[in-house]
Amino acid sequence: MGIPIYAGRLERTWYYTYRVICGLIFFFLITPIVVIVPLSFNAEPYFTFTREMLTLDPAGFSLRWYQEFLNSEQWMEGIKNTFIIAIASTFLATSLGTIAALGLSKPYMPYKNAIMALLISPMVVPLIISAAGMYFFYSSIGLSSTYPGIILAHTALGTPFVIITVTATLVGFDQTLVRASANLGADPTTTFFKVIMPLIAPGVISGALFAFITSVDEIVIVYFIAGPDQTTVPLKMFSGIREEISPTILAVASILVGLSIILLTTLELIRRRNERLRGIVPQ
Amino acid sequence: MNHAFKTTAVAGVTAMGLLAAPAATFAAESLTIVSWGGAYEESQRKAYYEPYTEMTGTEITQVSKSANGLAGVRSQVEAGNVTWDVVDMLEGPAIRACDEGIIEPIDHDEILKPAPNGDSPSEDFIPELGECFVPEILYATLFAYNAEMFDGDNPSTVKDVWNTADYPGKRSLQKIPAGNLEWALMADGVDHEEVYDVLDSSDGVGRAFNSLNKIKGDVVWWSEGAQPPQLLADEEVSIATGYNGRFFNAQVVEDQPIEIMWDGQLFEVDGWVVPQGKLTDEVKQFLRFSTDTKRLADQAKYISYGPARHSSAPMVGKHKETGVEMSPHMPTNPENLKTAIPKDAVFWADKGDSLSERFNAWLAM
Amino acid sequence: MAQHESATPAADDVMRAADGKPLKDSLRRSMRRAKTKALLLVAPLGLFILFSFALPIADMVKRSFYSPEIQNVLPETAELLGDWDGDGLPPEQIYATFAKELAQADENRNVGVVSQRVNYVMPGARSLFSGTARKLGNVDSGPYKPAMIEIDEDWGDPEVWSILKREAYPITMAYYLSAVDLRYNAAGEIEAVASYMQIYQKLFWRTLWMSVLITVMTILLGFPVSYLLANLPVRTSNLLMILVLLPFWTSLLVRTSSWIVILQSEGVLNDVLVTFGIFSNDNRPQMIYNKIGTIVGMTHILLPFMILPLYSVMKGIPPSYLRAARSLGANPVVAFVRVYVPQTIPGIGAGSILVFILSIGYYITPALIGGSSGQLISNFIAYHMQQSLNWHLAAALGSILLFVVLGLYYIYNKLVGADALKLG
Repeated sequence: MGIPIYAGRLERTWYYTYRVICGLIFFFLITPIVVIVPLSFNAEPYFTFTREMLTLDPAGFSLRWYQEFLNSEQWMEGIKNTFIIAIASTFLATSLGTIAALGLSKPYMPYKNAIMALLISPMVVPLIISAAGMYFFYSSIGLSSTYPGIILAHTALGTPFVIITVTATLVGFDQTLVRASANLGADPTTTFFKVIMPLIAPGVISGALFAFITSVDEIVIVYFIAGPDQTTVPLKMFSGIREEISPTILAVASILVGLSIILLTTLELIRRRNERLRGIVPQ
Repeated sequence: MNHAFKTTAVAGVTAMGLLAAPAATFAAESLTIVSWGGAYEESQRKAYYEPYTEMTGTEITQVSKSANGLAGVRSQVEAGNVTWDVVDMLEGPAIRACDEGIIEPIDHDEILKPAPNGDSPSEDFIPELGECFVPEILYATLFAYNAEMFDGDNPSTVKDVWNTADYPGKRSLQKIPAGNLEWALMADGVDHEEVYDVLDSSDGVGRAFNSLNKIKGDVVWWSEGAQPPQLLADEEVSIATGYNGRFFNAQVVEDQPIEIMWDGQLFEVDGWVVPQGKLTDEVKQFLRFSTDTKRLADQAKYISYGPARHSSAPMVGKHKETGVEMSPHMPTNPENLKTAIPKDAVFWADKGDSLSERFNAWLAM
Repeated sequence: MAQHESATPAADDVMRAADGKPLKDSLRRSMRRAKTKALLLVAPLGLFILFSFALPIADMVKRSFYSPEIQNVLPETAELLGDWDGDGLPPEQIYATFAKELAQADENRNVGVVSQRVNYVMPGARSLFSGTARKLGNVDSGPYKPAMIEIDEDWGDPEVWSILKREAYPITMAYYLSAVDLRYNAAGEIEAVASYMQIYQKLFWRTLWMSVLITVMTILLGFPVSYLLANLPVRTSNLLMILVLLPFWTSLLVRTSSWIVILQSEGVLNDVLVTFGIFSNDNRPQMIYNKIGTIVGMTHILLPFMILPLYSVMKGIPPSYLRAARSLGANPVVAFVRVYVPQTIPGIGAGSILVFILSIGYYITPALIGGSSGQLISNFIAYHMQQSLNWHLAAALGSILLFVVLGLYYIYNKLVGADALKLG
């Protein structure tokens, strides 16, 4: 997006102003993520940069909040719970969602729009309403304060992502491949694992990642329906922020930023692989 | 490569699933006890939980959810899946929960230990021994200030709190009507003994809100007991309401420049309740142990709340960590009781809903 | 279908498949089989969503107008009250039945269930009921009417009974009325609550205008950035895209807590402002725990939801249009506004509805950094779920919000289509 040669002076000024504005917006986007990372190494229990930190004096930095985090039984318990819930609900959401997406992409799917709207609805209905409904309903059938209750809820929240990503991959999917596979004598299961799966894998994996991060990050439903044994990391953070925000929370937050960087990189790699594959698959 | 990936992924997920299952059903010999978190729960841990675990081997799972205690008990009972064994609750919500039948009635004389002099529990405990309620402590909600923010001329009465001209700085009040309305009336000149008479009429309530209006713009609202000492220490506000034990902790243990103002202290009773169906022998044993004369006196070594048994009072000694004499810091000390307001739990059980609505509407204005 | 089993060679004009069956039939059959197969694939998830998600929400909506507490605990009284004409004081029979059932409820320890329900509309009902229930133990025989009025003179007040009659009917609009600051008066007519009790209309409006404001903010901030990203060389734009995607993928709580760190009065931003002498140390501006905090935090959190759809639309607009407009003599501003912007409308629309729907139901950020002036309707739903325990009112507020969001979703679906949602 260079400046066209016919641009006047005014236009040139605007061009640079515009870049500065964009720079400021990017700054607004990224600062909150960046600022907490150095603060989490603060040697003092404050949330501002101390004089020592600004002069890069090593005495101003320490790993004490990370130590506190790692030595805390409650935080470790939270990590365990977060992962149990996230892995189980990702697994369920991915399998149910992938199968449903296969159905939704069939050319003869009846009531497609209505069904799609229902299946996507967990993503659209505000979380507080889902949480209210689940709080009342799961209570009345004995599912609140249990792992299955939260896993069920998180699976419901995760499936729309799987459906969206897998349907997107299936748009470019060549249905004749399935028939070819059947012609060559493969049964539907073999066809699924040997033909369909490798081709839609990028969609499935990114859907699974979305479902996973949704569960790991989810707080509203957990806040209402988790029992004492299901305390997760976000829940612990939430009550920590409400009560007294200690730098331990910043340490946890920095670790979570690290986690999102890993996820982002994985997704990007998948996207590239997907684009490469698309080039090969006959359309 | 694809195949290898798939197999490991599937195997991994299955293995996780298998691992998750036993973790989910894990249950040992343990009690889940709900309390308020912070310095208060810490004092319970030292005075009750740790000695109890040592004595019986029963593990205690601590849950800091008393702020939503009634909601939690109610939804668990409605679900028929009660995971909390014992809940630390205020007298007001306990009355309400008892009326709804979601907590167990307690026969105090059968379950609890008599006093060392042989007095039965119903004689030895303070009179707020409700049908379903075992009192533990008397605590006060009151004002405290950061002395460094007032150059020697410290506030000393509720009226001073309302006087933002002479005592500058923001105030922090709890985001509920209870307490604030009482103090608003006191600031408006109502005697501490008459606040509930005035509040019982619609005019009186209006008067209280008018008085609150005068400082509304200077108030930072808090909702968790741990916040006010922190807000004072960070100099975000100069005067805050809060629980006297938390202020004591910040003042004496953490050595913050925080001072307590006893004028108009609002004291109430806090204690144990047992959710429906949970009054097992184990729970009875815990209640009996944790509320005997010695344990209640012990708790006062860690936090400045008055024990709910008459027989515990003489045993209250010095603060465990700092060696500070505890009795001057107790809400029950006669010196501190001069202008105290005993919180009227029945008034708040009746009028709490409508006053809360009005309070929320007032806040949102 | 059976007559085709032994198909004879074609004697008519019907087109037939290789097996001799009419082609139309076999097409229809295979079509039906394909449909069933497609449905079967969707069924497990459909049922799962119905059970784990749709049913709970239906249950919540039911709770908003169905409130059978009195009928459950005092069934005969409720029935008699339903038949009673509601004029003056009820007859002795109702007093007697009520006294009997109330005493029974006292024994079953569920008076509180009823009294709490009535207490919402009649403060003081709680102690009236539980006090009466306790004292009824001493009343062995009738007539109960004078006995009850003796226990508490409120039982001689016709208004108490007309409230009881109204509340005894399990289906009620009372919670929806409360949710929009209305109530039934003594005569059973609908009226506005006293001005000092009005809150929810204001909250709905605040939620709406703050959501609109946040949506506008995300458009204002998102548009230039998306335009830049869409028009830069791929390599550069991919790099800059990280600055959008990283916040998008970072935990909500992380972002909210960093706004606390930045905005609080002893926080990073204030320190910077004080250092540069823009504000004095004693006069630090309050930027958090109020509306500003909520708006800044939510704009930041929702901005990627605007940038991503806008970017993908802008990516598809050929730059040649703009150049054509310029070469036809339009000045840059006119060319941009009249030629480029209209083509981005689908992206703005998709992003706006997404941001608006998300912000209208937002809970966490206002709860943590909204103070009291930055609270939205969802915070009051949570308040009634956990603090006031008026679950019916929580359900009514939630249902209203739900209908608004479903309406918007419907519009979105009509305009863009649900499957047009793109991620990442």
